[in-house]
Amino acid sequence: MATEILMPALSPTMEEGTLAKWLVKEGDTVSSGDIMAEIETDKATMEFEAVDEGIIGKILVAEGTEGVKVNTAIAVLVEDGESADDIAEAEPADAQISIDEPAAAAPAAPVEVVTPKEMDIPEGTEMKPTTVREALRDAMAEEMRRSENVFLMGEEVAEYQGAYKISQGLLDEFGAKRVIDTPITEHGFAGIGVGAAFGGLNPIVEFMTFNFAMQAIDQILNSAAKTLYMSGGQMGAPIVFRGPNGAAARVGAQHSQDYAAWYAQIPGLKVVMPYSAADAKGLLKTAIRDPNPVIFLENEILYGQSFDVPVMDDYTLPFGKAKIWREGSDVTIVSFGIGMKYALEAADELAKEGISAEVIDLRTLRPMDMPTVLESVKKTNRCVTVEEGFPVCSIGSYISSRIMTEAFDYLDAPVLNCTGKDVPMPYAANLEKLALTTTKEVMDAVKAVTYR
Amino acid sequence: MAAKKPAKKANVSKDELLQYYKDMLLIRRFEEKAGQLYGMGLIGGFCHLYIGQEAVVVGLEAAAKEGDKRITSYRDHGHMLACGMDPKGVMAELTGREGGYSKGKGGSMHMFSKEKHFYGGHGIVAAQVPLGAGLAFSDKYKGNDNVTFTYFGDGAANQGQVYEAYNMAELWDLPCIFVIENNQYAMGTSTQRSTKSPSYFARGAAYGIEGEEVDGMNVLAVKEAGEKAVAHCRAGKGPYILEIKTYRYRGHSMSDPAKYRTREEVQKIRDERDAIEQVRDMLLTGKHASEDDLKAIDKEIKSVVNEAAEFAKESPEPSLDELYTDIYMEAEA
Repeated sequence: MATEILMPALSPTMEEGTLAKWLVKEGDTVSSGDIMAEIETDKATMEFEAVDEGIIGKILVAEGTEGVKVNTAIAVLVEDGESADDIAEAEPADAQISIDEPAAAAPAAPVEVVTPKEMDIPEGTEMKPTTVREALRDAMAEEMRRSENVFLMGEEVAEYQGAYKISQGLLDEFGAKRVIDTPITEHGFAGIGVGAAFGGLNPIVEFMTFNFAMQAIDQILNSAAKTLYMSGGQMGAPIVFRGPNGAAARVGAQHSQDYAAWYAQIPGLKVVMPYSAADAKGLLKTAIRDPNPVIFLENEILYGQSFDVPVMDDYTLPFGKAKIWREGSDVTIVSFGIGMKYALEAADELAKEGISAEVIDLRTLRPMDMPTVLESVKKTNRCVTVEEGFPVCSIGSYISSRIMTEAFDYLDAPVLNCTGKDVPMPYAANLEKLALTTTKEVMDAVKAVTYR
Repeated sequence: MAAKKPAKKANVSKDELLQYYKDMLLIRRFEEKAGQLYGMGLIGGFCHLYIGQEAVVVGLEAAAKEGDKRITSYRDHGHMLACGMDPKGVMAELTGREGGYSKGKGGSMHMFSKEKHFYGGHGIVAAQVPLGAGLAFSDKYKGNDNVTFTYFGDGAANQGQVYEAYNMAELWDLPCIFVIENNQYAMGTSTQRSTKSPSYFARGAAYGIEGEEVDGMNVLAVKEAGEKAVAHCRAGKGPYILEIKTYRYRGHSMSDPAKYRTREEVQKIRDERDAIEQVRDMLLTGKHASEDDLKAIDKEIKSVVNEAAEFAKESPEPSLDELYTDIYMEAEA
């Protein structure tokens, strides 16, 4: 019986991919394990193997097609004597493919809805749609061109081209001396990175995810963050630790933690957690130039999202300067990183219901731009914070405390915190959804503080 | 203790011998003074004395050249004095004063000197080992022929990150000399009670790193081994391991009850193998110095140490606004 061969999901976050190359043609006989095609996901180019035996009856999606959604039929496998045309339900492939649709447009695309009040970019600057992934790579490449002392080390950053493709192309441009694959040994290479920084270099240490940085947290806190102080100002560690942080999708409890609040607690560290591609680029460039240890928390789900990035020779952003994405008068929503997605979506929905929300992206958590938050709260008299991390001793609870201390008389309602739930991340899709914060929770919190 | 044959006498001049004698004696007298000041309440917290181990750092410093780096654990006073840091600044750091190397903010375990390429002073057992490999990485990256002496103890040698560092140091041919100061006790746990594989240098073989055991009570043997290791690293052949068998006369820290070994054990080593006494004998029997000459040296060292102690007592405590300085370095505009 003829069967459809479907576009496979080859990474936890893959929703679509490029059918880079067919290695079989119509009429070829394949058996289980034969490589049929090369598929490019958001993370890598993968070989796609046959599961069943049969003859390639028809290829439905031509090679080179981009944006092929997971589960789209890409070919038909027939048995001897059958014809692919026998399959009535094999719909024309084109109907299911969105070739021109940019990746970011699929799940909420806040940039297109919201026109942020632009404060970082000179008027009239050309803007170019760029994914967060590309922006991070461009930032590293620009800084590596700028200074010979900047190098990248981590697991799979070189020959594999990055576990999440962030370092794609860097090995080719800068060579193996400056783009260094490490063994799987986080504690060790974090320490070597800090030592190299003591020795006058500017390492970028990539953690495949920040979950693995737990193995290295002693080197980050005790060696990198504290040495400047312990040496009476004589020497510190100009180093960037970067990588994806927080929940991706369906990767379970040990791979889904948001460490924002952990690192934000440590004097001596700077902590950055960007949302947009422009901020990712401008802040990573600043991080690499900073003479202090910087924790740069990225998000796997944001990697593939596109935002406008200014076309400028040297686009950097200062730390400690929040960005007001949307002005409003009824409530202040404060967030950072992927929390901004919920904050902006909620603001859009609330606007339809007549509630005007001001949305602030902290961008850096240490230093934290409390003046911008306080000024906004003094105007709106209400505040909701949004993050994916655990609720106990969260960034939101710190902001709440600061607002209570410094703007108590301006508050018309208690500050509410939308956070991840107080549970290890479950695997089941429905439970995982429940464990994270949602746009609806943000909307409910806003309605609670505005008494609607 | 297994001991390597001492270096040939012909290899060392009178001046060198005298210098080693002075350097080792300075460390011993300095540490004795530190112990005294601790007893007087002038030094607080943890204080780990180096008495007994002096030949290790003095021998290895004799093999170093300008630009070579060193990094060690919290038992660090000897390393600092041996690489030429000012005893006054070290002692004033022990008393937590403004004149200390870290302005009083580091303490006994955390001192640094950019000028002398001394990178601390680290309190988490074995954390300095990958850091040392990283310092060596920086020299290799810059393309110079400097080496890094990465000191750690037999206790640290059981930490996993040591082996992560070994693996990468050999993989990338880092010019790092891993110096295991095996004083036979990790706090109060003897090597016999912490491993069935007590030949620490031999563990490097698993990663392809050459190494050897050295008599750490013999400064000339240490120097000779140091020169060999340094030559290996400078030639671009990657890391080298020196397991230096030594002995700590005092407790792990000032609050050590010393229940884990006998007084006789300590006394026997002091009587028979003391590093300073060995050099003293060489100086006297070789007629390089008279009893009077050595007395004069003792006196000179004593006065250096006393001056350091006076400075450490008189230097004021750091000003209160120091609390909030040195947390971040200013970014360049």
